[in-house]
Amino acid sequence: MAPSESERPAAVPQSADGTERVALTDGAAALVRRLTERHGPLMFHQSGGCCDGSSPMCFARGEFRTGESDVLLGELTVDGVAEPVGFWMSAGQYAYWSHTHLTVDVVPGRGSGFSLEAPDGVRFLIRSRLLDDGGAGGSGADAGKPGEAAEPGGVPEPDAPDRPR
Amino acid sequence: MSRYAAPGSDGALMNYLPRYDHWIGGSYVAPKQGGYFENPTPVNGRTFTEVARGTADDVERAVEAAHAAAGAWGRKPPAERAEVLNKIAQRMEDHLQELAVAESWENGKPIREALAADIPLAIDHFRYFAGAIRAQEGSLSEIDEDTVAYHFHEPLGVVGQIIPWNFPLLMAVWKLAPALAAGNAVVLKPAEQTPASVHYWMSLVADLLPPGVVNIVNGFGAEAGKPLAAHPRIAKVAFTGETTTGRLIMQYASENLKPVTLELGGKSPNIFFDDVSRGGPAGEADEFYDKALEGFTLFALNQGEVCTCPSRALIQQGHYREFLEAGVARTEKIVQGHPLDTDTMVGAQASNDQLQKILSYLDIGRQEGAKVLTGGQQAELGGELEGGYYVQPTILEGSNAMRVFQEEIFGPVVSVTPFSDFDDAIGIANDTLYGLGAGVWTRDAATAYRAGRAIQAGRVWTNCYHAYPAHAAFGGYKQSGIGRENHKMMLDHYQQTKNLLVSYSPKKLGLF
Repeated sequence: MAPSESERPAAVPQSADGTERVALTDGAAALVRRLTERHGPLMFHQSGGCCDGSSPMCFARGEFRTGESDVLLGELTVDGVAEPVGFWMSAGQYAYWSHTHLTVDVVPGRGSGFSLEAPDGVRFLIRSRLLDDGGAGGSGADAGKPGEAAEPGGVPEPDAPDRPR
Repeated sequence: MSRYAAPGSDGALMNYLPRYDHWIGGSYVAPKQGGYFENPTPVNGRTFTEVARGTADDVERAVEAAHAAAGAWGRKPPAERAEVLNKIAQRMEDHLQELAVAESWENGKPIREALAADIPLAIDHFRYFAGAIRAQEGSLSEIDEDTVAYHFHEPLGVVGQIIPWNFPLLMAVWKLAPALAAGNAVVLKPAEQTPASVHYWMSLVADLLPPGVVNIVNGFGAEAGKPLAAHPRIAKVAFTGETTTGRLIMQYASENLKPVTLELGGKSPNIFFDDVSRGGPAGEADEFYDKALEGFTLFALNQGEVCTCPSRALIQQGHYREFLEAGVARTEKIVQGHPLDTDTMVGAQASNDQLQKILSYLDIGRQEGAKVLTGGQQAELGGELEGGYYVQPTILEGSNAMRVFQEEIFGPVVSVTPFSDFDDAIGIANDTLYGLGAGVWTRDAATAYRAGRAIQAGRVWTNCYHAYPAHAAFGGYKQSGIGRENHKMMLDHYQQTKNLLVSYSPKKLGLF
């Protein structure tokens, strides 16, 4: 059996350089509080691929088995929730996402995975901004070749996410 | 232009019931816990029916009903099962327009696609597997003069199928037709965004199927999907969706040592070599060039909500500017509007969360420096479409390291980048976690062949795109999934192999 999140080695990207990589909006935090009351401690695993892909999936902690192929991007703390909520992603996907900061938001919707909030008619959603340092450690993040982007536009200042917590 | 009347309005070809329960054992059964959820149409965001909110109790009833039916169905001669499938196909053909309206209204797709693709392909799928099961043969192996190994195909029993929302009927049929042909009974869970059209389909064909052979349990993944995927009496789980849920389903199935097939999406490259733009003797545009431009624009098919959406266009440097300009012009001719108008080419995204996700990608794409060449925003169509979920067909220009090049946006959005030569094209094409579909466009057969073999994807469309004939295998490399759909090889995914090892010799071994 895989070790629980709290027992896992600190193969945690943000611990190396102290960079915050993931946050919650107020709305998402309130939903995490409600779901915790119903389901106990929670976790997120960021999905990829089609349909409901690219959305964060929220599960009862341990429902989804993480393994050596996953990285923990951060432990989200939420007022009124005793235990932090781990945010996980497969290492392969992280290689392509590591230059961006993720904010978990919530919108009306339905989803189609096994995420716990779907029956409430809402869906967690990722909003992204560039990390100030352009990201670290992601093998895919720096794969761009000179001239590959024809006349790339300037990189605008990232919008501040909706009051990240 | 003509407009099909919306379900529930005067002159409608079909109407949805105000409520759908679970279809279990050949009749409708109310959910044990009594819950229902609203089902809005993405055309205008308004609820048009409500659907039972299934739980483990309902799944249990459905699995029981399926087990009660599976034995007799599996023992039916293949010719009789094939006849049922052919009758279902005929019934669907007789009601093709009604099914198309049902699908368009629930999913938001343009009815011209439902009329030309979704429903005809679903009909043909039943006919294909009706033929395939009759033509299937076991084998015998002559071990020695007196010993023969016979190999029989046997059904698995009761299988679970979890259906996505992008082609609700076609994806259900991709799973149902081979499973039923092979002699299995099915418990099917439609997507929670699009649970109703399969019930309309069932209303047309219910009398053709023995009770319990197909059962439909509605509900959410966490409440109905999990008990189905984790059920110890389900012999196999088939799922189309995304990677995290795919892993979770494998995890549940592993607890029962049950097989899964998974189709988990992609980020398909569509590669246009320089010679595409060298047409006639004077280099003028020709029929093939026109076809290639359509192939580029197919990123907008089904609003981009296709696992194989050609969402990365790789264009060779020599014709990059001119081809891209022509692609932008072609894209700007797309007619967006009411999904039930026969002229509409791009309709509504399937749900609000899907709309919001697409917009979040347009945002991070801009932040990463992608140039918006056309589109780039939500489409506010107003009027009767107020409240619906519409996105402008969008072309982004950037580089393959950007997240808009690496993630399935599942919207009418293509990310374009140039390449220098063959090796560069293949390098970019394969620089992705996924490997479901790909497109290669060239007038040179050797280039086409080499590219097709070098791309790590299960389906490489060569000088075509978005064709889905039943007789061609479909499925993913890499993170795009496990197993295949379509093609007669799909029968193997729904069958056990029974080996009878038979001795015709009277002689003992002599060991004991």
